[in-house]
Amino acid sequence: MTKLETAPFDPRFPNQNVTRYCYQSYVDFHRCQKKRGTNYEPCNYFKKVFNSMCPNAWVEKWNDQIDSGTFPGRI
Amino acid sequence: MSTWANLGLQDSSSPLMEQLIFFHDHALMILVMITVLVGYLMFTLFFNKYVNRYLLHGQTIEIIWTILPAIILLFIAFPSLRLLYLLDEINEPSVTLKAIGHQWYWSYEYSDFNNVEFDSYMIPTNELPVDGFRLLDVDNRVVLPMNSQIRILVTAADVIHSWTVPALGVKVDGTPGRLNQTNFLINRPGLFYGQCSEICGANHSFMPIVIESIPVNYFIKWISKNNS
Repeated sequence: MTKLETAPFDPRFPNQNVTRYCYQSYVDFHRCQKKRGTNYEPCNYFKKVFNSMCPNAWVEKWNDQIDSGTFPGRI
Repeated sequence: MSTWANLGLQDSSSPLMEQLIFFHDHALMILVMITVLVGYLMFTLFFNKYVNRYLLHGQTIEIIWTILPAIILLFIAFPSLRLLYLLDEINEPSVTLKAIGHQWYWSYEYSDFNNVEFDSYMIPTNELPVDGFRLLDVDNRVVLPMNSQIRILVTAADVIHSWTVPALGVKVDGTPGRLNQTNFLINRPGLFYGQCSEICGANHSFMPIVIESIPVNYFIKWISKNNS
């Protein structure tokens, strides 16, 4: 049974422009994994959020950048 | 949707659109009353033979026709502000839909549960079924659950587009590199039509939007079936 659930309202991003909500969650996920290792379950919260918020094309682009070491964000 | 000779607003299918229609009618009522009053005054002033020999200035009438419009404007301004902030309100959404504008089609992504993504192209007139709506029907409709708060994220891949559904009172620009969020609630099942509302190139008129609103349990079935 699928549960209807999505990224919650985040008071850091109360505006119509939520570009940063997507980006920040993506960066937070990778920071979390860097700090806690890839098996740390709570990190997946960020993954769930950025998957809901980011267009798939953006995620793919950033993943490619991380793989080639050209991702501009601080992880 | 808009049908023959529909010059006004479409029937609303969301609480916010209902409020927008109320406000529209309220503002129009005030405008009509002013027009009728001013029209009547002008008409009677032109078509009579009375002359006021002592008319040089009228302090009292000046005060009245300055204060009165100011008060009338307040009756438009406050409901307008109320509505503006009501539209901006973010309720806890239960589904997120991503709409990405392309030249010249919309693509949609549902990534909350499993990843469902598809493109939505207009059905060209020569392939249209007899009961189809010309320039309005699409091959893949956006399926959404009714009576749930839906967050829509609009963006674009190339130029600026605008995702619009008049019956729901939604219009959001899709700008490349930016995510615009808004939310709505559909309060009935049915099909809701919209069109791109930002000139985006040659086929701007040929990238319509169709929402299919269905009960939540059917939506869950649909989303599980379409897992890609």
